[in-house]
Amino acid sequence: MLKLLRQSPLSARIGMGIVLLNCLVAIFAPLIAPYGETSVVGDVWEVSSAKFYLGTDHIGRDLFTRMVFGARNTIALAFVTTILSFFLGSCLGFIAAVKGGWTDQLLSRIVDVFMAFPTLIFALMILSVLGSSIPTLIFTIAILDSTRVYRLSRAVAMDIEVMEFVEAARLRGEGLWWIIRQEILPNAMPPLIAEFGLRFCFVFLFIASLSFLGLGLQPPLADWGGMVRENAGAITFGIYIPLIPAGGIALLTVGINLIVDWFLHLSSGLE
Amino acid sequence: MNNLLEIKNLNIEAFYQDRWQPIVRDISLNLKRGEVLGLIGESGAGKSTIGLAAMGYTRQGCRLASGSINLDGMELFDACDEDLRLVRGSKIAYVAQSAAASFNPSHRVIKQYAEAPVHHGIMSYEKAEKEAIEIYRRLFLPAPEKIGYRYPHELSGGQLQRTMVAMAMSCKPDIIVFDEPTTALDVTTQIEVLAAVKEITEKMNKAALYITHDLAVVAQVAHRIMVLRNGRLVEEGETRELIKNPKRKYTRELLNVRTLREEKSITDKMKVILKIKDVAASYTGQDNVLEDINLIVRKGRTVALVGESGSGKSTLAKVITGLLPANNGSITFFEKELPKALKRREKEDLRRMQMIYQMPDTALNPKHTVRKVIGRPLQFYFGIKGKKAEERIKDLLRDIELDPDIYIDRLTTELSGGEKQRICIARALAAEPDLIICDEITSALDQLVAEGILNLLQDLQNKTNMSYLFITHDLATVKAIADKIVIMLEGKIIEQGEKKQILSPPHHEYTDKLLASIPEMDPDWLDTLLKERASTFINQ
Repeated sequence: MLKLLRQSPLSARIGMGIVLLNCLVAIFAPLIAPYGETSVVGDVWEVSSAKFYLGTDHIGRDLFTRMVFGARNTIALAFVTTILSFFLGSCLGFIAAVKGGWTDQLLSRIVDVFMAFPTLIFALMILSVLGSSIPTLIFTIAILDSTRVYRLSRAVAMDIEVMEFVEAARLRGEGLWWIIRQEILPNAMPPLIAEFGLRFCFVFLFIASLSFLGLGLQPPLADWGGMVRENAGAITFGIYIPLIPAGGIALLTVGINLIVDWFLHLSSGLE
Repeated sequence: MNNLLEIKNLNIEAFYQDRWQPIVRDISLNLKRGEVLGLIGESGAGKSTIGLAAMGYTRQGCRLASGSINLDGMELFDACDEDLRLVRGSKIAYVAQSAAASFNPSHRVIKQYAEAPVHHGIMSYEKAEKEAIEIYRRLFLPAPEKIGYRYPHELSGGQLQRTMVAMAMSCKPDIIVFDEPTTALDVTTQIEVLAAVKEITEKMNKAALYITHDLAVVAQVAHRIMVLRNGRLVEEGETRELIKNPKRKYTRELLNVRTLREEKSITDKMKVILKIKDVAASYTGQDNVLEDINLIVRKGRTVALVGESGSGKSTLAKVITGLLPANNGSITFFEKELPKALKRREKEDLRRMQMIYQMPDTALNPKHTVRKVIGRPLQFYFGIKGKKAEERIKDLLRDIELDPDIYIDRLTTELSGGEKQRICIARALAAEPDLIICDEITSALDQLVAEGILNLLQDLQNKTNMSYLFITHDLATVKAIADKIVIMLEGKIIEQGEKKQILSPPHHEYTDKLLASIPEMDPDWLDTLLKERASTFINQ
């Protein structure tokens, strides 16, 4: 693993640096932030100064503090959601591939139905019916996203499932879980890891867009998407404040993609 | 006469483990017009590398290190890409092992034939079409006027291989490199391709390099043979001379691999362990691919199931193991009728019947270590774990003649083909089975390696009195290992009996054809056979 890291290309290192920085900020948010997450400390849309490093937002909260806490909320939420969607999607995908027959048909058609709706609109619908709390948010996005993971893991597992070592395991009389865990999963790991990075980005952006539309994390909790929306008006006055959370989103997305690219090259052997 | 191709002191290197390592060392060869030179050796001998180098080409990760390749007065060793492109196809052409993989599936065969000559500006598409039909006729393809207008998937393996040979002929090259053109084919189709190769080299006066691992095959077509091993020349000589008086030990080993095993008699008193009665099976629910299969396997004996590809041998293995439930009939194992589907069979029955596969590469999980592969059946069937399992795994590794200390912690990807197949055998042995189904287990291996595997199976049978059901298309293997032979054609058993009885005349018509198609180590065998076939064809 260490050897692998040492051989990583510059782009991947930059990506890792960005992600690491974001994670550190997220973990140590209360120690880094100079003010409370929701406390109003200055005037509306103040520019950066020694007192407020990045200025203040539309009701006078310190933007730097909000960015730090926002990183924590957004990244943690995206991480939990992605893990959940991967667990769900890959489990079901593997089961469908290994069992085949009507199990596969049933699961795949359900997934087709889910995928037939545009994700954002489907999520808006569910969230406006159920209300936007953090657990609903996580489950809604995880389930919607798991359909994509399901498709990928089913396809990958199908490829592996026809290999003779899987047939040998079946002939031995091995159960479903052993086949999935021991025979399929280790071989399906590389594409799934690469996909994990990508999906993490999408979930992250998805939460940001939901927040921007007002159905994501609810105020006064800080999150980057919501911060762009709250401060969007400032742009008409030529104030840079909304660009900072937007830049944060962009930077993290690019960082993750740089790492994912590297993983993709590693797992596919492409140059 | 001048040499068409002269290779002198050629060295080729491959980039492996962070440095350039030699894979072909100091090879020199000459090829005259009308001459066929056979290159023979096991995998890794460098034969394909030399064949490609004759066209000035190396695979990715390889390079021509030193030497000279002179093709009809032109030096290819340091020629630029543009010059090489002009030469390839038009002066020297290549026929690959797997024709099916070398054709573009979405274009008609004749269009692919015409591609090279039209591209090189040698002739128009219409003229190429006409010539294609002429060449198809000369290569004995059925319906030569029409066959070119089919798509590759509409042709059989042997036909595809011949159209591939035709394609190589399209620009009228002086030299053709044949790289194992018959290895993927059945024995009966192999003959067609060999006849086509002979037709081209003798009647059209072309030179050829013929690469193969099968000495009996190369003896039919080559005038001279070079035996290669590990990138070095072992021996070179005129075909007849080399086969009659091989000078080196390695050549003699290659010549002698087809040894017969000790005869074991089969009597009715011996315990029947597997009895298949009136079995029929299909993949779709209609159209049976297997019909009326009746078969008996006795304790401690080997039954060989022989047939060409598509004859249903592997399907029968699937039916016996329960992967494909039979539509009809019964499978009795140790006097107990087995449920047809795998799911409903008991663990104990599964343990007693093990399977070994054709491709050891895909039969072993690439992420597992040898310890895990062999240890799992021990744990699964007998609950053996920890130290006891460790001991048993080591014993099994010793049984299959691999050093336990070296191999136990290796990943399966770190093994050679033969070693992998041995591990597969150990995995089967770990279950202490009574019957092992071997599905073409030697056809992906080199001759000498395969020989080793067959010997190992023989020894194990003598020790443990297991039975084998040996599925193969290779009659030489059958001769070497079987006690009883079952011959299948189009999903039916057409003849079965003890080895002696099947192998001695009178044969069933099809058995006769199969037996006659095995190349013999006699340079005149192909010519005699073709003459015989031609005369019977006229008589019919």
